[in-house]
Amino acid sequence: MKLTGISAAVVICATAAIANPITPGEVQFDDYGAIQASLSGSDGDAANGAKVMTSRGKGNCVACHAVTALNDAPFHGEVGPTLDGIADYRSAEELRGIVANAKMTFEGSVMPAFYKTSGFIRPGNGYTGKAAKEEDLSPILTAQEIEDVVAFLLTLKGS
Amino acid sequence: MKNKALTAFAALAISAPMVFAGGADDDTLAIDGQEMISKAAAPAHMADTAVDTVISGWHFREDDTQAMQADTFDNPGMIAVDQAMDAWNTVEGSAEKSCATCHEGPESMTGVRAVYPKWNEEAGSVRTLAMQINDCRTNQMGADAYKYDSGPMAAMEALISVQSRGMPVNVAIDGPVAEVWEQGKELYYTRTGQLELSCANCHEDNYGNYIRADHLSQGQINGFPTYRLKNAKLNTVHGRFKGCVRDTRAETYSPGSAEFIALELYVASRGNGLSVEGPSVRN
Ligand code: HEC
Ligand code: HEC
Repeated sequence: MKLTGISAAVVICATAAIANPITPGEVQFDDYGAIQASLSGSDGDAANGAKVMTSRGKGNCVACHAVTALNDAPFHGEVGPTLDGIADYRSAEELRGIVANAKMTFEGSVMPAFYKTSGFIRPGNGYTGKAAKEEDLSPILTAQEIEDVVAFLLTLKGS
Repeated sequence: MKNKALTAFAALAISAPMVFAGGADDDTLAIDGQEMISKAAAPAHMADTAVDTVISGWHFREDDTQAMQADTFDNPGMIAVDQAMDAWNTVEGSAEKSCATCHEGPESMTGVRAVYPKWNEEAGSVRTLAMQINDCRTNQMGADAYKYDSGPMAAMEALISVQSRGMPVNVAIDGPVAEVWEQGKELYYTRTGQLELSCANCHEDNYGNYIRADHLSQGQINGFPTYRLKNAKLNTVHGRFKGCVRDTRAETYSPGSAEFIALELYVASRGNGLSVEGPSVRN
């Protein structure tokens, strides 16, 4: 029994070491709010990033932002600026920082932090309205999903 | 006359498909011909906000939803008013009384909706209309309390609201209620849940903007209870608050909780000057 437990732990550690994800608590933002290295240790997949941005239970970025390239998903919001042409003036590092925690770039922003698991007031268990324990919270997006979204945003260049 | 022409023009502009016009429209709300104050100068206590005009949620809805509220025959919320009329006259509880035993007709409730929540001296606390209804039921009638955000409660609130239709909301915020009001204000600006959003983030900073398919209003409660096409029933103030807090990925407060009572007092006071419109119709 004991042995199995230990070897399972070793396996998990090993996997983690390979994928090398940076946990939400370990993320380093620079003075500008940007994040230098990939959170997952891997490149992003732009096609999946587009899915994450339009899925209600995931990024749901179009709830607040208009993105012409995502016009198949209806009713884009007006709470945030349009993201058309964003790659012309934002770097991958800046975009990663904004998606992970926009408040590090824009103080007091209404944009939610997608890679953060602590410091909330009355955090809930998803959209159930029930309480969640802080230690049980996962970030709204995974490290890889953040990278995927960043990869998609980098495709949004001026016409 | 001038108003009519304006209304027709606004209706034309809006019937164009899905315009991202932003802001409230310029239509005039008249219910069965009685004009409502659906925009008013913001109350003095809002001087430190960017809001200078308070606006009924009616102005942010689509034309067909607006039309349903303007005609009581088309307003599905009025069915509940009829049901509550029966409840008003029904003897219930150990004291063998009905509402009518003490209050005669529901028109005796004229003006009541406009000033709630308000201080109750005997109880030494702020009372919402729902709490007052339940106080009558339990203490005067010896009947069971209605569940705080239930259908029968919403219906009784609707019947009482209709008696004040058109009267400006005039909720007191000073004197004995001041402390609870401050608590409500604090809750209004507290960013809850994993999305870290406050009521103000959506209803003060972003009213007029689209958030996905929904056109954000100021989150006023002068039109409550509200018949929502989405769930096809009358919705209470605390029911709506609960939904909005849940949508910030937060643990909600319970209907009837001290927090929601305080929040109701504060939000009601942000609508001081707007007409009582309940039951209103929303999507
Ligand atoms: C609740 C609203 C909201 C949601 C949801 C939201 N954003 Fe934002 N976003 C904003 C606002 C508002 C700003 C403008 C910054 C500010 O002033 O706060 C912004 C700014 C940005 C910017 C910087 C734009 C610039 O011109 O520099 C990017 C990039 C961005 N958002 C991407 C995203 C992505 C990707 C998602 C989803 C994973 C998302 N946003 C979800 C509201 C939102
Ligand atoms: C993420 C955005 C968001 C937040 C945060 C939010 N709401 Fe809302 N609320 C909405 C939307 C969307 C609607 C439906 C459209 C409308 O009427 O604004 C709505 C509707 C309402 C309504 C109904 C208005 C009417 O005319 O029928 C009330 C009242 C309300 N909200 C109050 C609140 C209060 C109080 C809070 C804070 C506890 C809050 N909301 C937080 C998005 C939000």
